[in-house]
Amino acid sequence: MEILFQQIVSGLATGGIYGSLALALVMIYQATDVVNYAQGEMAMFSTYLAWTMLNAGLPYWLTFFATLAIAFVGGLVIERVIIRPVENAPILTIVIVCIGLLVILNSVAGWIYSYIQKPFPSPFPERPIKIGNVVFGAHDLGAIGVTLVVLAFLYVFFRFTTLGLAMRAAAQNPSSSRLCGIRVGWMLALGWGLAAMVGAVAGMMVAPKVFLDPNMMAGILIYAFASATLGGFTSPGGAVVGGLIVGVFENIVGTYIPFIGTELKLTVALALILIVLVVKPSGLFGRAAVHRV
Amino acid sequence: MRRFPTLPVALALLAVALVLPFMMTGFRLFQFTQVFIYAIALLGLNILTGFNGQISLGHGAFYAVGAYASAIMMDRWSVPFLLTLPVAGLLCLVVGFLFGIPALRLEGLYLALATFALALAVPQILKYFEHWTGGSQGIVLSKPDPPVFLGRADAPLGLKLTPDQWLYFVTLAVLVVLFVLAANLLAGRTGRALVAIRDNAIAAQAMGVNNALYKSLTFGVSAAYTGVAGALSAGAVAYVAPDTFNVFLSITFLVGIVIGGLASIAGALFGAFFIQFVPNWAQEISKAAPWAIYGIFLIVFMYVMPRGIAGFLRLAWVRLARARAGTPARA
Repeated sequence: MEILFQQIVSGLATGGIYGSLALALVMIYQATDVVNYAQGEMAMFSTYLAWTMLNAGLPYWLTFFATLAIAFVGGLVIERVIIRPVENAPILTIVIVCIGLLVILNSVAGWIYSYIQKPFPSPFPERPIKIGNVVFGAHDLGAIGVTLVVLAFLYVFFRFTTLGLAMRAAAQNPSSSRLCGIRVGWMLALGWGLAAMVGAVAGMMVAPKVFLDPNMMAGILIYAFASATLGGFTSPGGAVVGGLIVGVFENIVGTYIPFIGTELKLTVALALILIVLVVKPSGLFGRAAVHRV
Repeated sequence: MRRFPTLPVALALLAVALVLPFMMTGFRLFQFTQVFIYAIALLGLNILTGFNGQISLGHGAFYAVGAYASAIMMDRWSVPFLLTLPVAGLLCLVVGFLFGIPALRLEGLYLALATFALALAVPQILKYFEHWTGGSQGIVLSKPDPPVFLGRADAPLGLKLTPDQWLYFVTLAVLVVLFVLAANLLAGRTGRALVAIRDNAIAAQAMGVNNALYKSLTFGVSAAYTGVAGALSAGAVAYVAPDTFNVFLSITFLVGIVIGGLASIAGALFGAFFIQFVPNWAQEISKAAPWAIYGIFLIVFMYVMPRGIAGFLRLAWVRLARARAGTPARA
């Protein structure tokens, strides 16, 4: 029973990370109808920047917020410069541009920082926390906490600020928003900036567990895809819930179904994506897509 | 305006290709064999993504299935190399068709997503079936020998072939057959149906095209092309290992069709030359450089040359022909 509890908590921790990355994907998808394949690599790159600052001797939390700021600006610039010209292009074009972005970020990171794995520090104590008979990793609990704070921040931002309202309006109905005086283009760019920021948090929270290397986000990204698909690409809350479910599911399946173990982790995600897309393409909480002919 | 003389040009290129292996040896020849193999794989992907508009980011998976099918047959049951090619093709046809059925329900972005996940999962799946695939060690093969009558010193017409030359000719022959087949398939009724589905699925359906059947069949045919290419590569490289079939292989194919030219048969050849030779040159700058260059090319081509090299050449030919005819050139 203790093992089950531990697996659930550690599943929630990774699930929170999947959930945040999935949330970043959904935010961009809702605002610009783009599934950002480069989301994982953007997070990876931000984490490398954080690593550089930490190595230069900056304290952790200062680095943390500085990285968020840089990621925000980076996401904004990417939208304005690279995505904007193809915004209304066919899907294939957008997918190709995102893939291009993915390989550029991946290889530039490899170029600058080499492909050797690097340890990345956790801001939380190493000593595990014991509650009753169950032992939890402090980093796991901390990561859950950080994820919750980020979600709360986003919720408050979108729900209670004028800017958040404007961004939601721009995503939902661009032409009417434009008539109300909202600068839709900038709202979309802001969305990319925020998504990059959320991704950076996910990157910094996952790096202590998987080590830092240019390919570290590939596996996480596919799980984030699975989470977003499960929760529904049209539902931000669903993406987070999807992430938590997927995280716990992954851990429990890995522990209790011996023939899967850790060797088929990515295949589990693939199967999950396919099953959800075939059985219920809109996901658990999403709206069914309606096409106008 | 004069049409581009496709047939004479193709025949001239074929003549050059037939002489080539007697003028170079070893690694250089292997590189050209590899170009042809890539061209076949790219044509397969281009039929699906370029002509039919179904985005696949996971064609490396079918390349892997073809390569492993061929390798296992040669390694376990000593099946002759040539015989493994059609078997690998058929196997991939079935696998692709079956994958194409659930893919019917996925449009655009979602299909890209599912195939991307497939591409990421391939190495793991290959390692998992260790008993068959040799796990992460892979399978080491011996290079297929030319048939006895061509390997002997007194071969007919003095055509004594080395294994490298033999593989080159086999690949070239397969390439020609598959390209002619594809050209015929795409020029007629079927080709028009594929393009119609891409451009407006509902209108195509209204015109009597059986969308579901065409789309899943296209998936099958496309996978078969790429699978045959994979089987050829197993022979040419004489080695298969799971980590060579990673997600970057699938992205390389995507790069190939984008650079070569979406929805163009000749584009597959241009793309193949690009993905074979450009990384070699770029590697001299840095290990990471080829991918940075790929990425930049992908984005820049989407902005300025969305129809790739083939589209650019077509445009250049049209301009040239107009200029010759004395009419002012217009885009």
